[in-house]
Amino acid sequence: MNLLNAVVQGILLGGLYALVAAGLSLIFGVMRLVNIAHGDLIVLAGYVALVAVWATGLHPLLTLIVVVPIMAVLGYALQRGVLNRTLGADILPPLLVTFGLSVIIQNGLLQTFTADSQKLQAGAIETVSLALPGGLAVGVLPLAMFVVAVLIIAGLQLVFYRTELGRAFRATSDDPSTARLMGIDNAHMFALAMALALAVCAVAGVFLAIRSIFDPAIGPARLLFAFEAVIIGGLGSLWGTLAGGIILGVAQGIGAEINPGWQLLMGHLVFLAVLVLRPQGLFPKGSLA
Amino acid sequence: MLETTGLTAFYGDFQALFGIDVRMQQGETIAMIGANGAGKSTFLRAITGLLPTRREQVTFEGRPIGGLPADVIVKLGIAMVPEGRRLFPSLTVEENLLIGAYGRRTGPWSLDRIYQLFPVLEERRSSPGTALSGGQQQMVAIGRALMANPSLLLCDELSLGLAPIVIREIYRSLAQITAEGMTVLVVEQDINQALAVASRVYCLQEGRVTLEGRPTELTREQIGRAYFGA
Ligand SMILES: Nc1ncnc2c1ncn2[C@@H]1O[C@H](COP(=O)(O)OP(=O)(O)OP(=O)(O)O)[C@@H](O)[C@H]1O
Ligand SMILES: [Mg+2]
Repeated sequence: MNLLNAVVQGILLGGLYALVAAGLSLIFGVMRLVNIAHGDLIVLAGYVALVAVWATGLHPLLTLIVVVPIMAVLGYALQRGVLNRTLGADILPPLLVTFGLSVIIQNGLLQTFTADSQKLQAGAIETVSLALPGGLAVGVLPLAMFVVAVLIIAGLQLVFYRTELGRAFRATSDDPSTARLMGIDNAHMFALAMALALAVCAVAGVFLAIRSIFDPAIGPARLLFAFEAVIIGGLGSLWGTLAGGIILGVAQGIGAEINPGWQLLMGHLVFLAVLVLRPQGLFPKGSLA
Repeated sequence: MLETTGLTAFYGDFQALFGIDVRMQQGETIAMIGANGAGKSTFLRAITGLLPTRREQVTFEGRPIGGLPADVIVKLGIAMVPEGRRLFPSLTVEENLLIGAYGRRTGPWSLDRIYQLFPVLEERRSSPGTALSGGQQQMVAIGRALMANPSLLLCDELSLGLAPIVIREIYRSLAQITAEGMTVLVVEQDINQALAVASRVYCLQEGRVTLEGRPTELTREQIGRAYFGA
């Protein structure tokens, strides 16, 4: 009974992990960039929402109207101004630069907001829940967030496989120099990919900031979950990433059910098991349409 | 319509082209022949902007374009069928064709017209581009370049790795394309093929033009000497 509940909670939380992971895997897929600052950018989105709430008194969910565009513009500028210069045959420079970015964001947040934990308060809706058969209760807010996460991932899938922009992303990822011969400006394409990834991250960041407390140093933990979800699901497939996020969430939920200290441990164990038994991930590129 | 004057190109410190002068008129089909490593692909890469050159070394339709970014040059009307086809593996045949039109130039070429020219591609439209035979991949690469509605089409070794019968088929469709007034520059190692389609031919050797003329006016000996040196 409690286990079933843990599984349901795990699925809902896993949807958010998947959303975070989708941004990470989108960037890696398009430009082979591993963004170490990804988790910190998500935390940054949470703080941007916090400031928006303080400044305007808006409901945290409504702040998405400003947080999403802000993060998208930031992503575009960051890619064009900094990260594009690090891309090349060597994968080390982008790793080092995004690591540096991660340190800068963490320290910037620490200076501005102190090390205190914060949380976005969503008000009464946080406690509303649906009673399911079998005595299960599911929070309406977590359920809605899960649905939105799945819809966003489906939307990304649509953009990638059904639109001209997605075609250009895939062509650039396959062969940047031939893509230029098609009239595709790679620098612009990479910047658009980062903008899209950070727009998705902004949603994940605000949702996570409503669901749990956050502080300036929590970014690397968020990055780790995203990384694990991507690896579990298999690189290069968004539905795989969704599955990876859910599996990670469920593993953590079950771990916590067995022993509160085992929540993260259980997630890491599943991740390691996949790495050992099926290093290409459960649903690698091409296995899902 | 295209003119290069003293075109030079470098890979780092290595100089691959030493002052190439080429002139092309609207509607002409030019062939550039030369042995392995002569600099033929380098010449095309310099024109398309994949390799940096000086601005005034390449003029296209009266406008200096040397060293402009490749994505800008294709929008001005120069499209290339690259050496080795270079189809995008994660795109289907049809997507490979559609991406050719990314620059949104208008003109006679559309998906329907490409499928008329190469009916087999329509049957395979949903296959991954790289799942096709070499000849079919070459058709996709040609179609993809035509989708850009270029006024100048550059073809790098269309015959590479293809059976003679397939090569003839590919060159037949090229003849159809030039018949509609397209200006074409073909780069070939296959001298006979090149001489058959071209109204003028340039021979390249170690980054220099060693011979230029009409195929009908050149002798085998002249070509042999220009091609192999000696
Ligand atoms: N990426 C590169 N880096 C360094 N040198 C290169 C590069 N590409 C070509 N070269 C050199 O430039 C010269 C011209 O090469 P290019 O590819 O233009 O020859 P080609 O005439 O097209 O030959 P092929 O018929 O084999 O395609 C050669 O000496 C080659 O070794
Ligand atoms: Mg070549």
